[in-house]
Amino acid sequence: EALLQLVEKADGGVDSLDVASSIGVDHQVIVGAVKSLQSLGDVISAEQRSSKHWELTDEGTELAEQGSHEARVFGSIPLEGLPQSELMKLSFGKIGFSKAMSNKWIRVDKSHEGGPRIFRSNIQDQVREKLLLVRSGAQLEEKDKNELKKRKLLTEVTVKSYWITRGSSFSTTLTKQETELTPEMIATGSWKDRKFKPYNFEAMGVAPDCGHLHPLMKVRTQFRQIFLEMGFSEMPTNNFIESSFWNFDSLFQPQQHPARDQHDTFFLSDPALAHEFPQDYLERVKTVHSEGGYGSQGYKYDWKMEEAQKNILRTHTTAVSARMLYKLAQQEKFTPVKYFSIDRVFRNETLDATHLAEFHQIEGVVADYGLTLGDLMGVLHQFFTKLGITKLRFKPAYNPYTEPSMEVFSYHEGLKKWVEVGNSGVFRPEMLLPMGLPEDVSVIAWGLSLERPTMIKYGINNIRELVGHKVNLQMVYDSPICRLDS
Amino acid sequence: MPTVGVKRDILFNALGRSYTDEEFDELCFEFGLELDEITSEKEIISREQGDSKASGASDVILYKIDVPANRYDLLCLEGLVRGLQVFKNKLEAPRYSRVSPTTGEVQRLIITKETAAVRPHAVAAVLRNITFTKERYDSFIELQEKLHQNVCRKRSLVAIGTHDLDTISGPFTYTAKPPGDISFKPLNQNKEYTASQLMSLYKTDSHLRHYLHIIEDKPVYPVIYDSNGVVLSMPPIINGDHSKISLTTKNVFIECTATDLTKAKIVLDVMVTMFSQYCSQPFTVEEAEVVYPDGKTCIYPELAYRKEKLTGEFINRKVGISEPTENIAQLLTRMCLLSQPTGAGDEIEVEIPPTRPDVIHACDIMEDAAIAYGFNNITRTTPRTYTVANQFPINKLTELLRQDLAAAGFTEALNFALCSQEDIADKLGKKISETRAVHISNPKTAEFQVARTSLLPGLLKTVAANRKMPLPLKLFEISDVVLKDETKDVGARNSRRFCAIYYNKSPGFEVIHGLLDRTMQLLEVKAAREQGYHIQAADDSTFFPGRCAEIFVHGKSVGRLGVLHPDVISRFELSMPCSALEMDIEPFLGHTAEALLTHDVPMRESIKHSLPRLGDSQQPLPAPPASTKTVFGDLKSQEGLKALNDFLADKSYMEGFVASQADASVFDAIPSTPTQTLQHLWR
Repeated sequence: EALLQLVEKADGGVDSLDVASSIGVDHQVIVGAVKSLQSLGDVISAEQRSSKHWELTDEGTELAEQGSHEARVFGSIPLEGLPQSELMKLSFGKIGFSKAMSNKWIRVDKSHEGGPRIFRSNIQDQVREKLLLVRSGAQLEEKDKNELKKRKLLTEVTVKSYWITRGSSFSTTLTKQETELTPEMIATGSWKDRKFKPYNFEAMGVAPDCGHLHPLMKVRTQFRQIFLEMGFSEMPTNNFIESSFWNFDSLFQPQQHPARDQHDTFFLSDPALAHEFPQDYLERVKTVHSEGGYGSQGYKYDWKMEEAQKNILRTHTTAVSARMLYKLAQQEKFTPVKYFSIDRVFRNETLDATHLAEFHQIEGVVADYGLTLGDLMGVLHQFFTKLGITKLRFKPAYNPYTEPSMEVFSYHEGLKKWVEVGNSGVFRPEMLLPMGLPEDVSVIAWGLSLERPTMIKYGINNIRELVGHKVNLQMVYDSPICRLDS
Repeated sequence: MPTVGVKRDILFNALGRSYTDEEFDELCFEFGLELDEITSEKEIISREQGDSKASGASDVILYKIDVPANRYDLLCLEGLVRGLQVFKNKLEAPRYSRVSPTTGEVQRLIITKETAAVRPHAVAAVLRNITFTKERYDSFIELQEKLHQNVCRKRSLVAIGTHDLDTISGPFTYTAKPPGDISFKPLNQNKEYTASQLMSLYKTDSHLRHYLHIIEDKPVYPVIYDSNGVVLSMPPIINGDHSKISLTTKNVFIECTATDLTKAKIVLDVMVTMFSQYCSQPFTVEEAEVVYPDGKTCIYPELAYRKEKLTGEFINRKVGISEPTENIAQLLTRMCLLSQPTGAGDEIEVEIPPTRPDVIHACDIMEDAAIAYGFNNITRTTPRTYTVANQFPINKLTELLRQDLAAAGFTEALNFALCSQEDIADKLGKKISETRAVHISNPKTAEFQVARTSLLPGLLKTVAANRKMPLPLKLFEISDVVLKDETKDVGARNSRRFCAIYYNKSPGFEVIHGLLDRTMQLLEVKAAREQGYHIQAADDSTFFPGRCAEIFVHGKSVGRLGVLHPDVISRFELSMPCSALEMDIEPFLGHTAEALLTHDVPMRESIKHSLPRLGDSQQPLPAPPASTKTVFGDLKSQEGLKALNDFLADKSYMEGFVASQADASVFDAIPSTPTQTLQHLWR
């Protein structure tokens, strides 16, 4: 408050150093007061200044009072002289001697008996005079300053001070600012008279204590949502263990197909074989593979029950689609269906940054009378539009259980090229007709992986950071909500 | 998908024009090929072995083209060019014909009965007066290799041998002998070896060692001799050096030995149709006679043309276009399927050449018409299929529960369904025999030995991989484990589990216990001994003694919770106390879901579907279900309808916000139009 009164008196403002000397307190106390006043808002405005001045060092102060070393040498020599050895015993002797010699204040008689003897000449102690000048605040010539600085008698000091002027809400009386609104203030209405400390809006807030959903599962939720929006019903895919029959044979995938190799598929040793099959259907599947039928030449090979019985970890969710379509065919009357699933599938593959032994397959299936290839492309167009992908084109491809088969490509604006985003096709009659579906029913289907769009969405390059125990939990904590179309 | 490498300039020369890379890529895309890579021999060597090795290599530009796995006719330059030229209407598909030898006798291959034990089938043919160049020769060798890798299934189904016919003399004998009795100078070796010696010689051969297993354990090995006892080949391993072909070879004898006759015929047809192009009479192939042990004879190659009839309407209807019959015939002809309208209505006769064994059904022909029409020229349409969506009940419950568990402060983890035996047994202080785990017979590493029977190891491993994260770590997972179950057709089933852990400086049993209470609250189960849930002390080697409890819901055990045993914590390389909870969530589904949950093979019985197709208004409504009893009482009674009406007063659907099977079944259960007073039922 003393400071404020001074500021009030001074018209153009005051320097904090002057304030300190006039009130008679340490400058640091004033600096502290300035800072706390600043935090109160616009009571004062303070501009930092720095000034430089020269000060005597401790040695300089000693010299200013007692004279320079060389002057003290001069003073200590009596008229009859002094032996050099005596002089050197004095504290200032050594430094003072050489300076006094070069100033020609003293002379040495080396031939004097009893060793060199020193006699006084005359003296003018300029060093002391200069130091006294500095102490009184006067300026010296650069040359002199440097000479004294070199002798560590002078030092240049920077002093930081504030230039204090009145602020827009200047007042000489201080009211204490409140940090937070309290229930009492609300109850008594005292908040109306209080001043509140301003918030620092630059700082971050306190992170909420919360749980998080896994990014891959967030994307799964969105895909489920899209299918449900499109009227697709979810298939029961909670059966990781599947027989080769449903995984391959029912899909008209021949028994020598490379996908059925040990290198690509996980086989089970326990339980090694499946035991229950719909017998008449199984016979029809066997026939269509080995002999053909339903308008097909078949693959003409020796179809073996033992191969079909082998249990595996399903390599695709299409195994479940096959079970569902078979079930549909057992209805008294066919009804059109739209099915989807998103679940795990397993491949005995070599692992790398983009391949794992298990991943999630997204699959959509539509079964109805008279579906066309144009319908498949139309449904895919609608599906991918919901993912925010509108530019699509289709490439002829091969898949053992679909004909026609189409790879779905979308134009990637970033890469400036077409990239494959999914696979699709029309299930072969050799798959559908043995199930007992009506001949004029077509089934269109498509599939893609869940991991790839998720990695693109969340900018993850290594699949192991996303799926499995090596996940980076910080990434899980930090991942935003998933809107696929934005 | 096989990849074929062709030299760009030779390809363009054969195609009669050049393309920019983009243009060629576009052409491939349209035709169903993929220009996978543009490279050179030099680039490949420098990438694989370093720049220094590549210095002398050719920098002629190579196109690597991905070919669909069923198109054996496109596996070499000759086939690719032929296919694309016909597709672009620049060439008519050639007609392949089998001819008798102009001079001398037909070549004969006699199969002896010994082959039955190892590789019973063989087919053969002769390419007469062929002119090889370096490029043609390389392509000829390369095609054999591609066929071996693909349709031949790494030579296990079929193996091809090609020989300079002028160095050998028929008739040839295909027999099988004990390995010690076979001795010859194999291709590119300078001395004779017995078959047994060869097998050990090739053990270290980077290429051939992959085929040894096919015959290794057989008592007899297949071998082909000429009439002078010269060994042509020991299929499926190696040919003899004596009959090897070279650039100057004029007449080629091709034999294919096989365990699958159909595939052998296909392979022979592909070989001769591709390379008869270079014979003095192009596209003619000299026949060979194969004599079976029973004396039966067959003439090969088959080179069979098959005729199919279909209608233009069929193609239009399946593809979703409306092209005149004439145009469809032209489209098919461009795919090497020579087609003509028969004049009877919109009937088209399609001829399938021997190069297209992939065409086995009318749908394959339909696809070719669609490719020639251009997939991307087909108008995209919306199917008129009307359906109501249902969620799979266990997934619906999982989705809802996940959200609220995250809201309870736990973070979702996502772990692998496959793991090591150690993870689910030893590390948890259990014996593998107690786990009901399914075992994988061919895991590449220990990480894939079994399917998990518990979600706990995955969560503990997740914590171990995230030790740097601030404590406490609160994690959960709702996912499937797999258990052996003899009542299922495959002998195993999934079980949906919920697992959570709390990892901190103190065990925090109360935290996990609190999460259980919250979960039960979410699942509408009260804390009560009889008609609710309770926990009671249990012994479990995974948990610290005296710190484990079993969770009972309506008197049935659904899982356990407790403080983990210090040994379990250390085995997962963790150092802090940890409490955990794992339980089944399927018991909370309620009875609506039970029918859908099973994976038993469905019986051959009718399942009533309640939703008539849109536009099928004349169709009689499905018969009402046998029982009209629901949770709202019997819907035949007025009281029951009243209860349902009250229930629906603030709801549009029976379950959640999505119309479901439950709605349909309730709707079915209402015998007739409800009276106006019960207006909520009208929705």
